[in-house]
Amino acid sequence: MRIELVKRAEHSQTMTVVSPLIAIALTLVCGSILFAAMGYNPVEALYAYFIEPLTTSWSIEELLVKAGPLILIAVGLSVCFLSNSWNIGAEGQFTMGAVAGSVIPVLFYDYTGVMALPLMIVMGVLGGMAWASIPAFLKVRFGTNEILTSLMLVYIAQYILDFLVRGPWRDPDGFNFPESRLFDAAHVLPKIGEGRLHIGMIFAVIAVLAVWWMLSRTLKGFEIKVMGETPRAGRFAGFSSKGVIWFGFLVSGGLAGLAGMAEVSGSIEQLTPVISPGYGFTAIIVAFLGRLNPVGILFAGLLLGLSYIGGEAAQVSLGLTDKITRVFQGMLLFFVLACDTLILYKFKVVSNAKRIKEAANV
Amino acid sequence: MSDISMIEAVLLTIITASTPLLLAAIGELVVERSGVLNLGVEGMMIVGAVIGFAATQATGSPYVGIVAAMLAGIAMSVLFGFLTLNLMTNQVATGLALTILGLGLSGMIGEAFIGQPGISLKPIAIPGLSEIPFVGSLLFNQDILVYTSYGLVIAVYLVLFKSRTGLIIRAVGDNHSSAHALGYSVISVRYLAVMFGGACAGLAGAYLSLIYTPQWVEGMTAGRGWIALALVVFASWRPARALVGAYLFGAVSILQFHAQAAGIGLPTQLMSALPYLATIVVLIVISRNKNLAKVNTPACLGKPFVPDR
Amino acid sequence: MENTQRSAHSAGVEDLIEARGITKKFGDILANDNVDLVIKQGEIHALLGENGAGKSTLVKILYGALEPGAGEILWKGKPVSISNPAAARKLGVGMVFQHFSLFEALSVVENIALALPKGEKIEALSRRITEVSQKYGLPLDPAALVADLPVGIRQRIEIVRCLLQNPSLIIMDEPTSVLTPQEADQLFITLQRLASEGCAILYISHRLEEVKRICHNATIMRHGQVVGSCDPTEETPASLARMMVGGEVHEICASEHKGSPGDVMLKLRNLSIPSDGAFGIELKNVNLNLRGGEIVAVAGVAGNGQSELFDAVSGETLIKDGYGVEICGVPVGKRKINDRRLLGSAFVPEERLGHGAVPGFVLSDNILLTRYKSDPDLIRRGMLNQSLAAEMEKRITVSYDVRMSHDNPEARSLSGGNLQKFVVGRELDRVPKLLVINQPTWGVDAGAAALIRQAIIDLARNGSAVLVISQDLDEIYELADRIAVISRGELSEAEPAAAMTPEKIGLLMAGMGETRSKVTASNAGDVHAH
Repeated sequence: MRIELVKRAEHSQTMTVVSPLIAIALTLVCGSILFAAMGYNPVEALYAYFIEPLTTSWSIEELLVKAGPLILIAVGLSVCFLSNSWNIGAEGQFTMGAVAGSVIPVLFYDYTGVMALPLMIVMGVLGGMAWASIPAFLKVRFGTNEILTSLMLVYIAQYILDFLVRGPWRDPDGFNFPESRLFDAAHVLPKIGEGRLHIGMIFAVIAVLAVWWMLSRTLKGFEIKVMGETPRAGRFAGFSSKGVIWFGFLVSGGLAGLAGMAEVSGSIEQLTPVISPGYGFTAIIVAFLGRLNPVGILFAGLLLGLSYIGGEAAQVSLGLTDKITRVFQGMLLFFVLACDTLILYKFKVVSNAKRIKEAANV
Repeated sequence: MSDISMIEAVLLTIITASTPLLLAAIGELVVERSGVLNLGVEGMMIVGAVIGFAATQATGSPYVGIVAAMLAGIAMSVLFGFLTLNLMTNQVATGLALTILGLGLSGMIGEAFIGQPGISLKPIAIPGLSEIPFVGSLLFNQDILVYTSYGLVIAVYLVLFKSRTGLIIRAVGDNHSSAHALGYSVISVRYLAVMFGGACAGLAGAYLSLIYTPQWVEGMTAGRGWIALALVVFASWRPARALVGAYLFGAVSILQFHAQAAGIGLPTQLMSALPYLATIVVLIVISRNKNLAKVNTPACLGKPFVPDR
Repeated sequence: MENTQRSAHSAGVEDLIEARGITKKFGDILANDNVDLVIKQGEIHALLGENGAGKSTLVKILYGALEPGAGEILWKGKPVSISNPAAARKLGVGMVFQHFSLFEALSVVENIALALPKGEKIEALSRRITEVSQKYGLPLDPAALVADLPVGIRQRIEIVRCLLQNPSLIIMDEPTSVLTPQEADQLFITLQRLASEGCAILYISHRLEEVKRICHNATIMRHGQVVGSCDPTEETPASLARMMVGGEVHEICASEHKGSPGDVMLKLRNLSIPSDGAFGIELKNVNLNLRGGEIVAVAGVAGNGQSELFDAVSGETLIKDGYGVEICGVPVGKRKINDRRLLGSAFVPEERLGHGAVPGFVLSDNILLTRYKSDPDLIRRGMLNQSLAAEMEKRITVSYDVRMSHDNPEARSLSGGNLQKFVVGRELDRVPKLLVINQPTWGVDAGAAALIRQAIIDLARNGSAVLVISQDLDEIYELADRIAVISRGELSEAEPAAAMTPEKIGLLMAGMGETRSKVTASNAGDVHAH
């Protein structure tokens, strides 16, 4: 006897919704085992990790601050992944968006007109797009593997940022700290409420709605999905594969750049050598957990945002290492991918007699 | 004389920088020859690094560490194999997941070891040969992993191109349907290849934490797993070219150190970014030659095998 | 009756393999219906029949790749069960498939080694390959890379791989369909030599001329049944074709099309396209005029340039000479598929799933796939009009009787016949001025086939032009006003269906109309000489 996967006739609508939930459940089960192995009471640890942060308005706000960039980047990545392009360098596009978005506050800090922020936003988007257009160009022109090029560009972007904040963009009054000058108030994104929450989260919500609308309602979205699933049928429909590659990279790069700009302008308010706790990579998990659907990504982004906050909270309350956050995130992605199989396949138990008959049928 | 010892010192550091790349690349080369694209090299490597370090600290023996690192790499690769081969998940996404999980796990496991001085693996001088001036100390007074890396290049070459096992691996990577039709078990062959790749990535990790910088530093692989992946493309899936490629990259990363030390006017960050930039340039050069890529790329690379019933 | 027909060649020779009452069903389709077949040692036995006659099913059963629903197989008089290809190979049955199971990145000797038991050194095997290949006139370089070899040589690898297993029976599925005439002649010499050494060959082919030339016996299948057997040396290609197609068939062909010819809707002028890759076919100087109101069918054996022709007409392959393809009087050689659709043409490709439709998309989305440009209401300012697409989906599935488990399912969940009705209906719903359709009823149940053919005829009778590419002669006679035959990338003159007897089509399919084969005929003598 053995277990066999049998292809379903159609995508299971139920599993499309349920499979991420199963993945979350499995992650929590494994997490409990992990906590127990480390000598913590799993119930207590899970409470500290996932529930407690939701009990104070301060940490909910902090959660939204973290979820904003995750959602922005992941929404862009979903467009790219749906079209079967593998941009895994969002972290680099995020960085370059932050750098480009900081040109005005760092170099033209005197310019504090009303157009300063809109210009910064545009430049952030363009910075991310420019960085993403390198792998896109190389893929379209030479067929170069976009996975490796986009990833290598992450490291290069980080060195560029490092060079700037330690070199030409270093704050002259900053006691030699590797930081840019603090942004002028005119160069800081408006806050929502009293705390740290800024309008970056609103950008994220707008991006979710816009991309959801684009994917589900417009010809462009249709084209992306066709080319991602069946390029041959896409050509029969008259779509261009090069155009789709460019579109996916520019959208994902632009949104990652916007997220980077919003992070430095809204949260950090200056450029520092490290501006991201791996948002660009965590967003890949968010995109898959949201099943490449912008609305799903909204929820997935909140959950992954919670995992960041929860890690910090559990460190404070239980002395748990915050490194466990990355483990949770990695496990979650694994389970999400494994459970996705359930959407197209179902499990069947095959007895030995049947199996021999089938072997004869090969 | 001092010039020679200077050159010798530089060459020694190049060997040190190249060995982890070579170990990881040679493993992934076999994996890709069987038609599987495992993008999780970075993750398997860093888990190997931390487990190797931890086992060495616990037992006092780096050799135990090396074995532990290999086993850790294999364990990670089996996870990848289960998803991609049994559950037929997307190989790209699953490889990414493996990297993310590996980075997370290593960070958590390694937290206790941060700042601990490690036990370095001692070189083994080969009697007689190591006495040869210059060449002797470079090639025959190395640690076991350097010897292993050379041995692996030769062994992988022989197995892949001179043995029936290698023939089956290449056949499965070229056309899994034909291999299945001839009665070969595509899934088993791929599992073994993936596990070999995991073991090699684990070794590469152990090299970093036991020899390269004998201590645990979070994220110490610093993209070397990804560079190893690019090396496999650069090598067009041939072991000897992987050796050349690894040493070329090792040289680039060492020379930029020396250039920084020598104080040429370029920003250090630009020099540090050089290996990554070089990777991109190499990938472009390779992909521009469409014919080369077409002939050598395993035709089934990255395609899931779904046996039809 | 069989005994009298069998030539002296097989008299007194032991039966090698006998199949009795083989029956195999696929769903509702009876692929093999109580089939009997006897092959003697040392004979070349032809298995004749059109596509879908049940030849491949029978052969797969003999090779252990399919399990028969009923019936038994006797090997040298003893009942055997051939449960898988390995068992067949053990008995001594070898097979050369039409679609090879080769590894392109590996050398010839490596490809062969993979099919043989382990233990033999590559060098020793190379020598054996050279020996065997020379002995049978199939020269092979053991060190050559398969990717570099033309299709004809690739087939040699399959044959030599088979021979090295010392088989008593070799099954060959359409072996000459991928060969040049010269290569085919070479193959015939090899087969005759094998037969003279006592090896039996089951030879599946469409090409009647060659069956007559080399086969000792022939079994003819139609619609899953054995309809006769004969000694092909005593027949003419014409009489063989009649047996294969069935005498009654061309009576239906009397065309109703008497109206005045309409305007030229599709014009192919000296259309030539170089082949793309090793398995591609080069289109050579194709000419065709297709007028409104008429149906022209392109007949031919699979892989003779049909899909290349389809892609060139649809615009999936663009050509340098804009005038090579004209649709409704407009030169469109350089224009893309949607421009051609806007001129009033519609296309139905051979592959329903993955080319004509996206498997994982629901039907209404699959309507958008080909009609978003030609139906301006489907897209308004870049936005999809999904309610209109859903309306169209209802209309099309009702009028073309597409049966589904629920409304608007994913394309991949439909059966072949229902999906084909949908894909055809999607295009006919537009009432195109020109319809180009490749294999309209391939692998489709009889009911769906009848519906689709009727719809095609109705379209033409209302003034549209239809180009049907098909490998099914029954279908061609049922539909076509004029028939052309494609063979190795060359298209014969389209002639009125009434003038195209099955014999003539068979001969054209067998390559009699090709310019190149005339040259070969004169060379054939030379080849035989050695």
